[in-house]
Amino acid sequence: MTLTDVERVEGDIGRFRVTLRRRPRYVDAERCIACGECARVCPREVADEFNGGVTTRKAVHIRYPQAVPLKYQIDPDACLKLKEGTCGACEKACPAGAVRFDDREQSLSVEVGSIILAPGFRPFDPQGIRTWGYGIFPNVITSLEFERYLSTSGPTQGRLIRPSDGRPVRKIAFLQCVGSRDENKCGHAYCSAVCCMSALKEAMLAKEAGPDVDVAVFFVDMRTPGKDFERYYEKARQMGVRFNRCRVHSLEPVGDCQRLYFRYVTNEGKQAKETFDLVVLSVGMETSPHTRNLAQVAGVTLNGDGFLETSSFQPVVTSRPGIYSCGAYTGPKDIPTSVVEASAAAAAAAGHLAEVRNSLTRSVDFPQERPVAHEEARVGIFVCHCGSNIAGVIDVEQLAAYAANLPHVAHVERNLFACSQDSQEQMRRRIQELGLNRIVVAACTPRSHEPLFRETLKSAGLNEYLFEMANIRNQASWVHAHNPRAATDKAKDLVRMAVAKVALAEPLPPVRVNVNPTVLIIGGGVAGMTAALGMADQGYPVHLVEKSSQLGGNARHLYQTWKGEPVPAFVESLVDRVKAHPYISVYLKSQVVKAEGYLGNFRSTIRKGASTLILDHGVAIVAVGATAYKPQEYGYVESQRVLTALEFDKLHAVGDERVVKSNSFVFIQCVGSREPERPYCSRVCCTHSIQAAIELKEEDPSREITILYRDIRTYGLREKLYKKAREMGVVFINYELHHKPVVRLGPNELYVQVTDHVLHMPVSIRADVVILATAIVPHPDIKELAQVYRIPTNEDGFFQEAHAKLRPVDFAGEGLFLAGLAHYPKPLDETIAQAQAAVARATGVLSIRRKDLDAVKAYVVEEKCDGCALCLDVCPFGAIDWDPREKGKDAPKLVRVNPVLCKGCGSCQSTCPKDGVRVAGFTYQQLLAQVRACLA
Amino acid sequence: MMHQKVGAVLVVGGGIAGIQAALDLADSGFFVYLVEHRGAIGGTMAQLDKTFPGNECSM
Repeated sequence: MTLTDVERVEGDIGRFRVTLRRRPRYVDAERCIACGECARVCPREVADEFNGGVTTRKAVHIRYPQAVPLKYQIDPDACLKLKEGTCGACEKACPAGAVRFDDREQSLSVEVGSIILAPGFRPFDPQGIRTWGYGIFPNVITSLEFERYLSTSGPTQGRLIRPSDGRPVRKIAFLQCVGSRDENKCGHAYCSAVCCMSALKEAMLAKEAGPDVDVAVFFVDMRTPGKDFERYYEKARQMGVRFNRCRVHSLEPVGDCQRLYFRYVTNEGKQAKETFDLVVLSVGMETSPHTRNLAQVAGVTLNGDGFLETSSFQPVVTSRPGIYSCGAYTGPKDIPTSVVEASAAAAAAAGHLAEVRNSLTRSVDFPQERPVAHEEARVGIFVCHCGSNIAGVIDVEQLAAYAANLPHVAHVERNLFACSQDSQEQMRRRIQELGLNRIVVAACTPRSHEPLFRETLKSAGLNEYLFEMANIRNQASWVHAHNPRAATDKAKDLVRMAVAKVALAEPLPPVRVNVNPTVLIIGGGVAGMTAALGMADQGYPVHLVEKSSQLGGNARHLYQTWKGEPVPAFVESLVDRVKAHPYISVYLKSQVVKAEGYLGNFRSTIRKGASTLILDHGVAIVAVGATAYKPQEYGYVESQRVLTALEFDKLHAVGDERVVKSNSFVFIQCVGSREPERPYCSRVCCTHSIQAAIELKEEDPSREITILYRDIRTYGLREKLYKKAREMGVVFINYELHHKPVVRLGPNELYVQVTDHVLHMPVSIRADVVILATAIVPHPDIKELAQVYRIPTNEDGFFQEAHAKLRPVDFAGEGLFLAGLAHYPKPLDETIAQAQAAVARATGVLSIRRKDLDAVKAYVVEEKCDGCALCLDVCPFGAIDWDPREKGKDAPKLVRVNPVLCKGCGSCQSTCPKDGVRVAGFTYQQLLAQVRACLA
Repeated sequence: MMHQKVGAVLVVGGGIAGIQAALDLADSGFFVYLVEHRGAIGGTMAQLDKTFPGNECSM
């Protein structure tokens, strides 16, 4: 429901009544075919907010070309007809009769069991703060505007030009922390958590656009504490992006205002003045009046920064039962963390609704499939214009006429948008009326659209595999946009090939598996226990396997979260709930040693001492955690006064005299992290050390505390701790990797030598205790489990998820999920969110009892296979093994394919010398026909 | 509380977080109302040209 806002929330958990207000679109979404005629004739141009106001759009518009829903809307604040009663040109131009000037606001009400709030953030607006010159000098832009400049669909088609005069950009400066970590200019003390990474990305893209472009980033602390982030930073440095550690205070124009200069202090401590063509302000996140109002309407509590107040132990739970939240609404965060939280919120929202699952959803019924295997091929071709995306380049009329004369073709038609709802309906009718039995859609990429067209075939009673797409957009009109004739010729080739292949296509039967609803969870730390409780609360039986003799994992070493909530009591309550839960079986001192099977039907072997146990399960969640790095450096081995952070916490908690009687403490950050042999940030240590420093100061303000750091990474709302520590007098000294501190041992004290970043001189600090913020390193079990379940690890030895942003808790192999430190170092709140996210993802698989798999699978041609077994060795999925059936004494032993494991990759087919194994839907016959058609 | 629970969930906000939550809920058998203030879903991520780590298109 677009253009819709929440107006009132009544009722409570389990049954809310929500009143929604839908603003008028003035375009009938059922009728609009998004042809763009309305926008073409609309005379009214206004700033396009999607492009950051850099370009204009019409009063009648779509937000962006790939918008969902792809339906035009009229901006009532700009439209001449709606404002002044004149014009109305769009109504006359619309071929679908979709314009509705009499559309009115509607109020509607819905009943729901849970509510999730995810309204996001707005970028900080630097307008009006003179020193940055935004809004005054045209060549000062925000990072989001720069994003649009880089985009091929943006205002400059991806060319890097100066907004003021369109001339090429030679020198770009990125200014970090604009609207973040700055109470003076913007009132936001927090860090926005994403701007360092987005500046790195934009800087590298700028470098790629023109290698001679000089790009400099001016930053306070480089905050790249996420998985593989540090490598990204390193890559930017290698590409020649310059980094200067300093805050730039004001910009000045050069002469004609085309260029800008500012003064700054270089890394070597020298004054410098430099001139740039373009200055990009890396703007932070803030809440808007709209999202603050939503909190009021929903009756949930915000914190002082306008973000939702949540607990570390329940990161997606708001102050009102039954209402959850995720994304930037609970604090600034990046996309992967938002996606994790979103899944976590889904799990939490579903948690108390388990008994009404499937009560309101509908399943789609398809008609009986028409048997066509013995019919002559009758190919129907649908040529998509994709608005002007295809038709603007390719001569679609010529293409259609050409296609009509190809062999087997019974029908050709053109659609403005083949994917629109009315085109689908039309396609369904044509298949039935004309008895078409093979379909080709010449449009865009099958990656995004093939599932849609397959559904249409099914709804027309045709097997979904009697289908082929010719990608005449990405492979013809886009890449040959400047050569329409060649693009049209290539489109003909692609269509001819598709027809040749589809004519030989055969209907494929569905491959279906039963799903065992049992869950195996490996690791009994906070991640494993949270996941176990989440699954068990929804009624799924759980086996929880823990290697050690007790539950709790690394959290047993923690005393408090960054918000100061006590961890031990929380861990105890989790352990108690897990032990008491009727659906959870706990296996201590146990390890998974072997596994086989696939999504829905895994079988894992557990070893406990000398005995083994077999567990059958439908999915597995891997949460084996991580361990702490044991340092060799900084006198750790030699001195009892050099401690790791966790050791220090314990001594501090028990009142050891090394803490109680000491006055001078030095923390050394990045011990074992961000080093050549471990090039990642351990994410939690800056916050942890600063929190310890604050406590030491609170106990005794006369204590001298120094933190030696490389970049302080108190990301997001954690920045407040950093500020508090500075205000309390904790001294922060920056050091570089090539100038690491040196610890010398005295008789009863220690001396730490470091080069001061302000004085550019070596200083020696006398310390009673030195605390090392040591790295979090991958658990040794990760390697074994990676082999047992055939799951990948990254270069640092942590498990590798299926997609860093979009599938952060899934493994590429179906039915396997991950959570916690085994994925990457992270604090407790993020671990809990990730475990809940794994619950949501696993529930998505388990809530259906039977699962349909893609039917593109290998099969053995028994007359041709001679059992040479070459295919056994090449199959990357272990899907081929020996056929146990006896065929008689002299008959060769043959192979068989397990269709559930097979991914249809075709390695076997291309290896087999006898044509003894084929991939359904991609047989040699089909591929050869396609190649011949290509060369014809 | 004696009232009958409802097997539907309201998700407010059609950015990447809201879309993901809605998809997960729909996949596990709940009817979802996805409410978006603007005329199209996609949120801020749709405005990004390319994204970390592969610098691939964010659409």
